[in-house]
Amino acid sequence: MRHVIIGNSAAAVGAIEAIRQHDTENGITVISDEPHHTYSRPLVCHLLGELVTEDQMAYRPADFYDRHQVETMLGVRATGLDTQARTVALAGGGSVAYDRLLIATGGKPFVPPTPGVDLEGVFTFTTWEDARDINRYIEDQEVGSAMVIGGGLIGMKAIKALTARSIPVTLVELADRILSISFDRTASKLSEGILRRAGTEIYTGTTAKEIVGKDGRVDHAILQDGSKIPCDLVIVAIGVRPNLDLILPEPEKKTGIRVNRGIIVDEHMRTSAADVYAAGDCVETHDLLLGASRPIAIWPHATRQGHVAGSNMADVEKTYQGGFPMNSVDVGGVPTISVGLTDPRENPEEYEIMEKYDRDALTYRRLVLHHNRMVGAICVGDIDRAGIYTGLIRERVDVRPFKEHLLSGSFGLISLPKEYRKHMVVGDGIVV
Amino acid sequence: MKRIYVNEEYCIGCRLCEVHCLVQHSQSKKIIKAYKEEAPALMPRLVFEEDGPLSFAMPCRHCVDAPCLDACITGAMHRDHESEAVLCDEDKCVGCWMCVMACPYGAIQRSVIGHKAASKCDLCYGEEIPACVAHCPNEALTFEDRTPASEEAS
Amino acid sequence: MSLSLLPPEFKILRDEDRCIACQVCVRQCANDVHSYDPEDDWVNSDYSRCVGCHRCVTLCPTRALTVVENPLDFRPNANWSHQTITNLHKQAETGGVLLAGMGCDQPYPIYFDHLLLNASQVTNPSIDPLREPMELRTYIGRKPDRVAVTQDGDCISLETQVGPQLTLETPIMFSAMSYGSISYNACLSLARAAKEAGIVYNTGEGGLHPTLYEYGPNTIAQVASGRFGVHPEYLEVATALEIKIGQGAKPGIGGHLPGEKVSADVSRTRMIPEGTDALSPAPHHDIYSIEDLRQLIYALKEATNYQKPVGVKVAAVHNVAPIASGIARAGADYVAIVGLRGGTGAAPTSIRNNVGLPIELAIAAVDDRLRQEGIRNQVSLIAAGSIRSSADVVKAIALGADAVYIGTGALVAMGCHLCQKCYTGKCNWGIATQDPYLTKRLNPNIGSRRLTNLIRAWSLEIKEMLGGMGINAIESLRGNRDHLRGVGLNQVELDTLGVKGAGQA
Repeated sequence: MRHVIIGNSAAAVGAIEAIRQHDTENGITVISDEPHHTYSRPLVCHLLGELVTEDQMAYRPADFYDRHQVETMLGVRATGLDTQARTVALAGGGSVAYDRLLIATGGKPFVPPTPGVDLEGVFTFTTWEDARDINRYIEDQEVGSAMVIGGGLIGMKAIKALTARSIPVTLVELADRILSISFDRTASKLSEGILRRAGTEIYTGTTAKEIVGKDGRVDHAILQDGSKIPCDLVIVAIGVRPNLDLILPEPEKKTGIRVNRGIIVDEHMRTSAADVYAAGDCVETHDLLLGASRPIAIWPHATRQGHVAGSNMADVEKTYQGGFPMNSVDVGGVPTISVGLTDPRENPEEYEIMEKYDRDALTYRRLVLHHNRMVGAICVGDIDRAGIYTGLIRERVDVRPFKEHLLSGSFGLISLPKEYRKHMVVGDGIVV
Repeated sequence: MKRIYVNEEYCIGCRLCEVHCLVQHSQSKKIIKAYKEEAPALMPRLVFEEDGPLSFAMPCRHCVDAPCLDACITGAMHRDHESEAVLCDEDKCVGCWMCVMACPYGAIQRSVIGHKAASKCDLCYGEEIPACVAHCPNEALTFEDRTPASEEAS
Repeated sequence: MSLSLLPPEFKILRDEDRCIACQVCVRQCANDVHSYDPEDDWVNSDYSRCVGCHRCVTLCPTRALTVVENPLDFRPNANWSHQTITNLHKQAETGGVLLAGMGCDQPYPIYFDHLLLNASQVTNPSIDPLREPMELRTYIGRKPDRVAVTQDGDCISLETQVGPQLTLETPIMFSAMSYGSISYNACLSLARAAKEAGIVYNTGEGGLHPTLYEYGPNTIAQVASGRFGVHPEYLEVATALEIKIGQGAKPGIGGHLPGEKVSADVSRTRMIPEGTDALSPAPHHDIYSIEDLRQLIYALKEATNYQKPVGVKVAAVHNVAPIASGIARAGADYVAIVGLRGGTGAAPTSIRNNVGLPIELAIAAVDDRLRQEGIRNQVSLIAAGSIRSSADVVKAIALGADAVYIGTGALVAMGCHLCQKCYTGKCNWGIATQDPYLTKRLNPNIGSRRLTNLIRAWSLEIKEMLGGMGINAIESLRGNRDHLRGVGLNQVELDTLGVKGAGQA
């Protein structure tokens, strides 16, 4: 029997390790259009910022594929899928047959149809190659300043990388504040202040309506109100969508795989096609907090989903209950963490907000409660032990017995009631 | 596998566990030298909590199903094959703090040196018994294998 | 407020080269002696509050601390000692009764240290305890006047019915220390160690905590003058009962547990209101004669269906011999006698230091008296009051005791450093306190292990000494004065002890 995995990132590695935990006999083949040993896309920012070297990019040790007996086809694009014949078509002809298939194609950056977006010097910022290309451009050209379009998480990473290269940045964000999806208003404004003090110019409530070039290369951008912003480099950091190129168009008709915004999977990570699994940024996840299905493109979820898929592919049943967004991102040198439902827009009156804002230390913590259960948390600056909040959100713990301690400086496991501590650590933790 | 268990009934809040953890992870491994010469670039890997007479020190649980392993973007957080402990390769770590966000015990801290890497218990890798357990004056910390026999078989 | 004339009792020496300012001493001192100055990154010690318990010294990870007696010299005065002067200053300042913890610390003669044991040489050879059986087992209880046996071929069986006995694997028991004067963890350590070592411990006058009922077979339940915690189940659960008439540390007066030590749990166990002082009256208010005592002894026997030995505990006072005789005739199964140096959680210093008799003299006198009256078999004798080593145990038995109680010894095994401040409730070792910050410090796993170790060590030493004397059963030692010789004692003392002078064959 042959397991075939299309993709070579978090979900793929999770799947490989899970399969090999239970199945050391059957073959695994990995097909990836990128030529690299498995690497971490979140590290692309550090690579561009020269905070890590290319040698440090590998997500797993060099002997990973050998040790796990994985056949790799790197730098090979999968172009089509035939679920009847159970084959994956490859670019340049040729195909690979599978008994079990995992689609782990990840996400692809969203590029708006802005005029000038195809000029030299305009880049997306997702892959190793992107980092290499931008780096080469910086080294070859004179880059006096850059523009980052999109004030979300990817935008923050782009700013971090460019700032590390001493390139001044202008950030342009369509919403009325940056990080409008992950943060609440206060955290956004706090972040804007931090970035501005670090030298980044920020324009909110607008976007680039045209990118203008000179000699085929980026020269400046024009915002919606007509202002002209000079820039030698543009990074489009608007967002990432599930990469469904393999099965589009008409995926259900052609392959039987049902798709919404991402590939629809059940709790075993199975798609609607027999023996075809999907995991990672290309799927729709059950959002535990919203109670709805949507793509949640987060590294830990991809790893876990890959793990669950791999387990099931090796005939050992495991389920994935779903997840919620969680992000850790550096804003102008200040660590921030956001978890769950941080700024509920629908029925805001049902939610209770607890905040602690220290204007001198510039730290901020915000907790969102729904019927006495934590559903969201934001930490700016003071991120120590934020994971405890993540645990409380996941476990849907009733916080009433210790609500007044949640934002205290000494909040910890000790603030939780004895029975919950015991429950949380049953078998390996604190003995009560 | 053996893990460190904390008995909050017997923790006397002396924090000697922190002292010895710090020394064990210092360069010299000598208590006076570590404190007088190497500090403040040293930190203990246990997280100590106190509320009135109740106190305990919480080291990493080396979870069987560790959320930090899922969260780590560089692969610095890894499981050691021999001991099954969850270890952090501090050279590979870039300080993204995804693990801090993921750990429900809050057992991972930002290292004091430049806040660059994640710092956590490594079960005193290579030693027979972790330093905190060996030096707890009231046997509040124990080093035991509590895997039920049925799990061990599989 | 005028100046206090009381100098510090102790001085703390901190080796600054070794001190790493880890602040363990700051956290561990219940008297707030040490404090950390974050500005100077320095630990300071206000040693006027130091009681000399050595907690900080023991826990300091670099051994940077030591405690010495405050080297304050007075002009030499053979009459007015430093302590006497300080006590007087204290009373002038407070107008109160001076309190002390633990046993009499004054330099009265210690007769154990004037008694020497015999050993076998040439005749009556030594016995090797590692090769030959050595009987330490002791039965506490009334023994019959005569023993009738029946013989059937080679099989001999006992016809006489023997009354209820306490079985001890070694002739050492843990003395009465109440829950309230010591912590729950200390009680649990004693109970577990008693079970592990095959001996018993005594509840003291604090009643018995329900979670300790499982150790009933190793528990002596005490019925004291305050009758704290005495109810039917209490009597049922125990393996023996003891009526407390007095205790060695404070003969003639009652017990006193300060209200601060009466926590919710202590209040429940003793059946008294929380926070109130627990005062035991000096006499039992229903015992004003020996006949009254007999009545109570038999009331307890009736209540427990004559299944358990009932003993009586008295302090060693001047006429302890006739008192013991009366108690034996009143129906008690054993008499426990506690000497002048017996310990306590709190007693007026004047009483602790000046009232009673040394146990060595008391036991010898009682043993002689009961033998003379021909009633020695009617009671077992238990000696208590500063049994400090296995040698003391052997000597006490040679002087006439069946077994000994250890109180101070047990506490020291658990960590006590005899700072004598038990009455403050701030015992830094978690023993004589109810403060939750402090009681945690005594881990019952460790406490019971240390106690069991002590009993084991002493039992092995007793066997060595017995073997050296050519004896293989503790029974052969009991009251056997000929194994003792006195050294540095006058004739009256030798006569009271019933012992020859060293050098006499």
